[in-house]
Amino acid sequence: MGRKLLIHNDKVPNIHTLEVYRAHGGYASVEKALKTMTPDQVTDEVKKSGLRGRGGAGFPTGMKWSFLAKPEGVPRFLVCNADESEPGTFKDRYLMEKIPHALIEGMITSSYALGANQSYIYIRGEYFYVARILEQAIREAYAAGWLGKNILGTNYSLDLSVQVGGGAYICGEETALLESLEGKRGNPRIKPPFPAVAGLWGCPTVVNNVETIAAVCPIVMMGGEEYAKIGIGKSTGTKLISASGHINKPGVYEIELGVPVEEFIYSEEYCGGIRNGKKLKAVVAGGSSVPILPTELILKTAKGEHRLMTYESLADGGFQTGTMLGSGGFIVMDEDTSIVKNLFTFTRFYHHESCGQCSPCREGTGWMEKILKKFLNGTATEVDVDLLWDVQSKIEGKTICPLGEAAAWPVAAAIRHFKHEFLEIARNKKFVDISHYERLNAIKA
Amino acid sequence: MKVTIDGIEIDVPKGTTILQAARMIGPEVAPPTMCYYSKLKTSGGYCRTCLVKVTKGSAQNPNPMPKPVASCRTEVMEGMEVQNITSPEILEARKGVVEFLLINHPLDCPVCDQAGECKLQDLGYEHGAAKTRYEFKRREYEMIDIGDKIKLHMNRCILCYRCVKTAEQITNGRVHGVVHRGDAAEISTYIEQAIDNDFSGNVIDVCPVGALTDRTFRFKSRVWFTKPVDAHCKCDKCSGKVRLWMKGDDVLRVTARKDQWDEVEEFICNTCRFDRKKVSDWVIEGPSPISRQSVISQNHYNHLNELKVQVLKQQKALGFMDINKRP
Repeated sequence: MGRKLLIHNDKVPNIHTLEVYRAHGGYASVEKALKTMTPDQVTDEVKKSGLRGRGGAGFPTGMKWSFLAKPEGVPRFLVCNADESEPGTFKDRYLMEKIPHALIEGMITSSYALGANQSYIYIRGEYFYVARILEQAIREAYAAGWLGKNILGTNYSLDLSVQVGGGAYICGEETALLESLEGKRGNPRIKPPFPAVAGLWGCPTVVNNVETIAAVCPIVMMGGEEYAKIGIGKSTGTKLISASGHINKPGVYEIELGVPVEEFIYSEEYCGGIRNGKKLKAVVAGGSSVPILPTELILKTAKGEHRLMTYESLADGGFQTGTMLGSGGFIVMDEDTSIVKNLFTFTRFYHHESCGQCSPCREGTGWMEKILKKFLNGTATEVDVDLLWDVQSKIEGKTICPLGEAAAWPVAAAIRHFKHEFLEIARNKKFVDISHYERLNAIKA
Repeated sequence: MKVTIDGIEIDVPKGTTILQAARMIGPEVAPPTMCYYSKLKTSGGYCRTCLVKVTKGSAQNPNPMPKPVASCRTEVMEGMEVQNITSPEILEARKGVVEFLLINHPLDCPVCDQAGECKLQDLGYEHGAAKTRYEFKRREYEMIDIGDKIKLHMNRCILCYRCVKTAEQITNGRVHGVVHRGDAAEISTYIEQAIDNDFSGNVIDVCPVGALTDRTFRFKSRVWFTKPVDAHCKCDKCSGKVRLWMKGDDVLRVTARKDQWDEVEEFICNTCRFDRKKVSDWVIEGPSPISRQSVISQNHYNHLNELKVQVLKQQKALGFMDINKRP
């Protein structure tokens, strides 16, 4: 049984209320940080913990915090990225829905470390009901003096507000999020300058994922060094994984980083194996944008070692034979799954969500979707496989923000590992049923 | 700061972008631009045609940059080394960008007023492929009149955002912008409101394609049948320095003067642009300098001597002998 630090209390009745949360040791990290530590000491603990961003990129959080510019007389902001929109990822929703105070506690501790007196939680539009839960929790925290002026009698003050987005995937990109938060069109900004220098309203800003901020509380409580003992190598601590797909027990699991992938899929503690006794075909390990891997490569690396649920082990072999831990959206597919159809679904999503600012992504994502549709309605030829490969290679790395890559990687990986499926469809003019998409479009129209 | 572009070293002031540095060296190594406009703040970065490869970040940090960067928005660092036309990877990427820009473009050049002075034509000619691989229906929009002077042809638009930045930065109040998202994004006014203020006509000049055209000039003439002359007048709104596009004694069109990089030198007002269409309104300065590469220079033999010299030089360089002296 792995250690749980974030959602160990998720089954406690009424844990979403301040009273119950406090009774289970909540807000202790705020007390400890504000009363016994300086902001720099908190940052140091986070650095020592080796905590890496849980939103997908895996950038060391302590380092990100230390990049924050601190000019005199200019306000600094902490923004929590709760725009969890990556298909297959639903861990932040679970955390915020069940234990909203865990995020608020993390926000207070982190804001204190960064010297921010106003912080925001930017939450995606589709999570409007979660926003209500958070707002209720924030009201409770204000009433109990955890937020507002002079928290716990110290001279530190913090205001926290929730901003609901309009439901755009692109607003999960940190600079598009800031644009949207400022009330503008959610287009990613061109970097540099990075948000740490000029972010929200031109002021230094840190943008962190929900899970990252929530993880700051156990780090402050147990100390960075103790936290770093969990996990393997540079992948420290625990991670929430949203497991979905053809498994017996889909859901959100908190794992200690370093659990073998095989154990995660087949053990009763986690996913409980493939449903209906089927065989495993492929896994998308970190949300829809990371490369898909076939069974032999997801269970073992190309070198024959067991693949573990860590940032390094999953990335072993680069994109040729590896993938990424990403946001922890673990999508499992059984032997009956059509990779081409699945890819069409992903690509359709990225086409729909492209902001349209830069040309390769704006035009390329739609083109890829159209080519994939040819495979599904049985009109594709073998040339289309090469064309698809070429189009994705012209998008990847040429765009302003990572959405271009997010759209190109799944296409590249599907062709890399499952080219035979594309060719089989192209040669046999096999028709894949997409009637539910047509029906969906008819409803939309 | 010393920066090396395609093996050519140049000393530039701090804060210069890679693109500006390349332009200082000369048009041979300057990356093409579709959205960047030196006269407009925060323009650039969208079209991705000016991508370059940074093979050495700076003297302090000699690591190469992992991805190609937009040269128009990346500032140079001391000792930076950049590859543009010497990198096959970049040329391939650029070809890809041109293809992306063209897959939904109607290619209606034969009936487009911009033909002959269109940046997308130049780009496609210089960097694109001969054939398209796109076989699907192209995006279509209705044409709209935004006011009585400007026509918006959204089919041709490449979403460079130049007109948006122009309206924001040189007119008093922007009433148009980008609506919708992804490949459904379009330039539009607030419920087809007219763009109507003294400097709105400049959006026509900054548009690199035929998406925004001058309704007082539409279908009057192909640009290469008109003769550009520089002229000025006393204007209380703008500098009054313009370019007249004449056919015989008729002024068919008035635009701002453009520099070597096809960028407006000084923005002009709508009165000069749309209302002063008589020769008597203007003091004519003389023929405008037009690049020999431009189709507009056809029928204007200003550069004939220069051309002769260049042809001779080329022949010499290639080792051609005088045909009569051959054994």
